[in-house]
Amino acid sequence: MSQPILSVRDLVVEFPTRHGILTAVDRISFDIGKGEVLGVVGESGAGKSLTGAAIIGLLEPPGRVAGGEIVFDGKRIDNLDEEQKRSVRGKRIAMIFQDPLTSLNPLYRIGEQLVETILTHLDMSRGEARSRAISLLDEVGIPAPETRIDAYPHQFSGGMRQRVVIALALAGEPDLVIADEPTTALDVSVQAQIIQLLKRLCRERGMAIMLITHDMGVIAETADRVAVLYAGRIAEVGSTRNLVHHPQHPYTFGLMASIPSLDKSSDRLVQIPGSMPRLTEIPPGCAFHPRCSKRFEPCDRTQPSEYETDHSKVACWLFDGGGQ
Amino acid sequence: MSDAAANRDTGGRSLWARILDSDILYSFKRSKLTMLAAAVTLFYFAMALFAPWIAPQNPFDLAGLNLLDSLTPPAWQDGGMQQFPLGTDDQGRDMLSAIMYGSRISLAVGFASVIFAAVLGISLGLISGYMGGTVDSVIMRIADIQLTFPSILIALLIDGTVSGLLPSVAREDTAFWVLTLSIGLSFWVQYARTVRSSVLVEKEREYVQAARLIGLSSPTIMARHVLPNVLGPVLVIATINLALAIITEATLSFLGVGIPVTQPSLGTLIRIGNNFLFSGEWWITIFPGIALAVLVLAVNLLGDWLRDALNPKLR
Amino acid sequence: MLAFMIRRLLQSILVMFVVALISFLLFRFVGDPVNQMVGIETSLEEREALRERLGLNDAVLVQFMRFIGGAIQFDFGISYQFKRPVAAMIGERFPATLELSIMSAIFALFVGIPMGVYTGLKRDAFLSKLFLTVSLVGISLPTFLIGILLIFVFAVQLQVLPSFGRGEVVDLGFWSTGLLTATGLKALILPSITLGLFQMTLIMRLVRSEMLEVLRTDYIKFARARGLSKRAINFGHALKNTLIPVMTITGLQLGSVIAFAIITETVFSWPGMGLLFLQAVQNVDIPIMAAYLMLIGFLFVAINLIVDMLYVIVDPRIRVDSKQAM
Repeated sequence: MSQPILSVRDLVVEFPTRHGILTAVDRISFDIGKGEVLGVVGESGAGKSLTGAAIIGLLEPPGRVAGGEIVFDGKRIDNLDEEQKRSVRGKRIAMIFQDPLTSLNPLYRIGEQLVETILTHLDMSRGEARSRAISLLDEVGIPAPETRIDAYPHQFSGGMRQRVVIALALAGEPDLVIADEPTTALDVSVQAQIIQLLKRLCRERGMAIMLITHDMGVIAETADRVAVLYAGRIAEVGSTRNLVHHPQHPYTFGLMASIPSLDKSSDRLVQIPGSMPRLTEIPPGCAFHPRCSKRFEPCDRTQPSEYETDHSKVACWLFDGGGQ
Repeated sequence: MSDAAANRDTGGRSLWARILDSDILYSFKRSKLTMLAAAVTLFYFAMALFAPWIAPQNPFDLAGLNLLDSLTPPAWQDGGMQQFPLGTDDQGRDMLSAIMYGSRISLAVGFASVIFAAVLGISLGLISGYMGGTVDSVIMRIADIQLTFPSILIALLIDGTVSGLLPSVAREDTAFWVLTLSIGLSFWVQYARTVRSSVLVEKEREYVQAARLIGLSSPTIMARHVLPNVLGPVLVIATINLALAIITEATLSFLGVGIPVTQPSLGTLIRIGNNFLFSGEWWITIFPGIALAVLVLAVNLLGDWLRDALNPKLR
Repeated sequence: MLAFMIRRLLQSILVMFVVALISFLLFRFVGDPVNQMVGIETSLEEREALRERLGLNDAVLVQFMRFIGGAIQFDFGISYQFKRPVAAMIGERFPATLELSIMSAIFALFVGIPMGVYTGLKRDAFLSKLFLTVSLVGISLPTFLIGILLIFVFAVQLQVLPSFGRGEVVDLGFWSTGLLTATGLKALILPSITLGLFQMTLIMRLVRSEMLEVLRTDYIKFARARGLSKRAINFGHALKNTLIPVMTITGLQLGSVIAFAIITETVFSWPGMGLLFLQAVQNVDIPIMAAYLMLIGFLFVAINLIVDMLYVIVDPRIRVDSKQAM
């Protein structure tokens, strides 16, 4: 692919605690192409949100980036100072969060919040900013934007609020939007609308999206490529079609198999036995090996490297030497 | 959580080992200031407890006082005497002893009123939360009305009223209890509210409903399940309350409606000394003042630390 | 919203009623009004006649009505100790207390809020730690002790400020003010600081903890993710959201300032209502106690009501009837 808009190499995120240093993200690498939707999927605690926070430079202390590089549009951004990072945020990379109600300041009208964001990044008059705000609201699908622009956040329903949040994220015309569980807090029917909206915006604006979620259904609908995270490490990265139809990593395989399907009949839900280890108890070697039915000799001693197969990049010993 | 994991959590260690390793003790040892505060508080307790044995003089024993010794400056100043390291007051009382005995009374009133407020507040909170309905409304209404006013005013009012109702001869002997009652009554609301909201939460829990189904009586359920959950916040409130109670007693005594001069608390001592501030005998007021300030500061620091340590949000 | 206001109003009336009841019970049943007013030599018949004339044998309810009626017209009877109408006495001392309270409130606000904001924003700065230590001391020292220490330093040792009285006051109609004279202003300094120090530390700690709480919210996180400047975030968003709850609590504090004035007035021999009340408590002068209670009760209820209304005006979530369902 042409130069990716985002390139993450061997990213490490650590938390010093009184019990020692916890590694929450352990040398992960992936790319996001221009205008592409990359799904980042994994269970709670796998490190997805931390990765997003690290990329945009908003890791809460004591968490810190302890290694690796983050390259955005050809330039490194993980080693910038705070003020430089701030100029990237909103303008080049934007981030939206899970709960639209708490994401908006309840005391300000949404118009005020929009205009403020627009004026931070673009040079224009207040009047022009207001017009632009109205057209942003229109773009994300808020009806009667000229009147709704003066409303307060609590006057919108959940789905509409998330649209406002998306509008705010778009205000600086970013090239990459990191969406951290954008639909989890919404009703199922509204989820589909927001997903559609994100896809449309991605297409129309040529914007890339890093879609963080634990919901494989959303990924299957929206993402071009998928990265599967497990215990802070990447298990597999590949195109959505390949991962869904030809999962290579045993964990990915288990994930796909555990999705209940309306057209398949089965007596029981499929489960991967056991659960993902806590950060303090990550086993040696491959983090997944205690639960893996295919484990063999090297799995409990050494961490696997990433291997290219015909379908995807997998971090699994099974593929050492060019495929099973 | 699997059985293996659950076992790993307690790991078969004794309760003592778990306490030593707990987060609370860790944060305690980390903060030198808190340890200092705890040491100071313990020191005051010891001083108060053992005052009759370690004080050089019993300042309440009128026979032991000699008016010729009155208004002696502290030992390091001109005219000071070795046997009165912090000087004497107008009655010839040794200030050091007076402070020791005074701390005793201040601490005693403080504790008594906090315990009274806690018992009253917890009981009312339990009843109010568990029974609901009219009882709940009435109790909460009273609480709201009382909260509209600052506690010092309420304490002052009750103190004044009760003293007014008692014949003047009885006032001196009952001062301790009147004060405990007044200060305690002005503080119960916070406990009641906290306990009540805990009860409301626990009432809906399945295990309470299950216990009811088995036939356990309400008081048993409340005592066994709700109470342990409430003790944490109550402890924090109590520590902060203790400082406030000591201040309130000192204030009331200073204003002349608290502990009388025959068996003075720190506040009363300050009041006595205030009259001599301008004539140069500053030590009669300043030393008890410092003693009071240090005590309250130490208790406040402990309360602050306790609140931070028990607050799950800050961990 | 109208329903809310009416409900609050009714609540206030209820509280006032309870306060009036307590005042009345105090007035009527603590001590014996007649015995307080007459000398020892007065005969039993004369006492009875007096009792009858004062209406003390009427039904309790009737006496209560009479009490409330009198209260509304500012008639609280005659002071046992001073033999003067209570209302007049309180009226004389009211300006002194009010001026002192307002000055101390201004001190508390203008020092407390900036300190709170600073310690909230710059948590680890040395100055923050200093402010926090000072605040801890401020909370630990009882008001009277602060007053005594200030007097000791500034009046006894340094002799630059007065330790008692109001200085020269200027009479403006029914109000007497100390703000227009040099001695009056000087006399206000130590008492205002004494009264205001506790409030100031409270405000500072409150602003700080609210600020820290607000800075942890999702909307601040989102604001930072949008690349807003530090100034916009700290002062545009965080400060505004902090000051709303602070404002309400401070308003409620104003009431307790007036109560704490009792202590300050005692220490500085300030001729205000508080000192009057204290003397009344010491001498069991019931009419003054009852009147002071009613007045304070009214002030508190009024302040609470105003603060609640203010909250409604300022917080759009309560104010605007949500036009939902979009």
